[in-house]
Amino acid sequence: MSAPRVTPTRSAFAAILGKDLRAELRTLQSLPAMALFATTTFVIFRFGLDRTSLSGSLASGVLWATLLFAALLGVNRLFVAEREEGGFDAIRLAPIDRTALFAAKAAALLVYLLVLELVVVPIFALFFLDSATALAPLALVLLLADLGIAATGTLISSMAVHSRARDLLGPLVLLPLVVPLMIAATGATEPLLAVGGPGYERFGTWLAVLSLYDLIFLLVGYAVFDFLLED
Amino acid sequence: MYGKGLRPLSIATVVAIAAALSLVFFYAPLDADQGFIQKIFYLHVPLAITALVGFIVGGVFAVLHLRSGNRRWDAYSYVSIHMSVIFGVAVLITGAIWAKASWGHWWVWDEPTLVSFLIVFLMYATYYPFRYAIEDPERQARYASVFAVTAGAFVPLNFMAVRMAESLVHPRTFGTANGGLPGSMMLTFLVCLAAIALLWVTLVKLELTAKSASGQLKRLRRALDAPTPGAGSRIAPEVS
Repeated sequence: MSAPRVTPTRSAFAAILGKDLRAELRTLQSLPAMALFATTTFVIFRFGLDRTSLSGSLASGVLWATLLFAALLGVNRLFVAEREEGGFDAIRLAPIDRTALFAAKAAALLVYLLVLELVVVPIFALFFLDSATALAPLALVLLLADLGIAATGTLISSMAVHSRARDLLGPLVLLPLVVPLMIAATGATEPLLAVGGPGYERFGTWLAVLSLYDLIFLLVGYAVFDFLLED
Repeated sequence: MYGKGLRPLSIATVVAIAAALSLVFFYAPLDADQGFIQKIFYLHVPLAITALVGFIVGGVFAVLHLRSGNRRWDAYSYVSIHMSVIFGVAVLITGAIWAKASWGHWWVWDEPTLVSFLIVFLMYATYYPFRYAIEDPERQARYASVFAVTAGAFVPLNFMAVRMAESLVHPRTFGTANGGLPGSMMLTFLVCLAAIALLWVTLVKLELTAKSASGQLKRLRRALDAPTPGAGSRIAPEVS
């Protein structure tokens, strides 16, 4: 008898990620809802704050609060299909490294967030900003923050989906967990959106904090994800 | 079996707290700047340190649980976090009293240590609904441990992020160049820290003992085929 063959993690990762993205493209369950939610929230902020243009801390707060809550919609749905259609059992049976599931789901969530921001951030700029010069450096902040949300969101979502109150539990646990991420993201965004062109006050420091957060929670997720798939 | 050593430990705790309080009120000098209200520092800071260390200890027990699969470590982790959350309430209350007395407001947002502690406290407050929502006890124990590990990693990160975001007005206890405590205050502080830490250990041991006793009682009742009165807590793990 030959030794049992183990599918390389890379191809397992690619297969799961491809499956998720294809399923999202065909059903369009998460992304349109996230984009619509974010756009509507901008409109609500327009009237809630009674401002037609935003800058500095107000702009950064509106942008990040909206993106975070829109992300929560995607986080909530991330593992629902696996749970309902028996995907977890299939992964458990397959001869693959289980962390491939974590990596693939985090990557799928990252893609959702990037697409969401590709649609929604220009809308934000159109609605509230005077110039679009800040968007290029902002993209870097968005990317790093998305990575952090993808790591923690995947971890929490995979646990919440097995609970009785999954729609409640995901956001409840995730929100305090991403507070440091939001502090760093808004800290970096605030000078970028200041009146009179983007500023770079402590930009590098905040990016370093974001990267550290991403690194720590990707490692934690990688270390503990195996235990979430047992039984 | 958890009850062993509880009595000497309790006596040591009572003695330590009595010693700490007498040092606070009769030995430590009045703070030149803040006066009498500064004495709450001897309660507030040890409580905060103990609670934070307790959160980390809960995370370490959770790692042990995940590595060994022994449910006992999950109970340790649960009780540690539980006790630290209770201490956390005391920290927030004493902190608010101190803030009112020295800065004039019950809550000061541009004060990093207070805000980070609040965020950590909120994070751990979600531990209870999280456990409660997962029904299968095996899975509940495992997920709670994953939560404890994740949150344990979150504690230092959060303190760093909040500190960077805010101005630095909170009194630093140690380590600042020209700050630092005079010897008599430092001694009092260390005794207080030891007393509060002992209190934490005693309470953790007490809760584990109580859980173990009620678990044994339940098993005995089951063996006698007697009806079990009440279902007990559905969140707290059982201790064998």
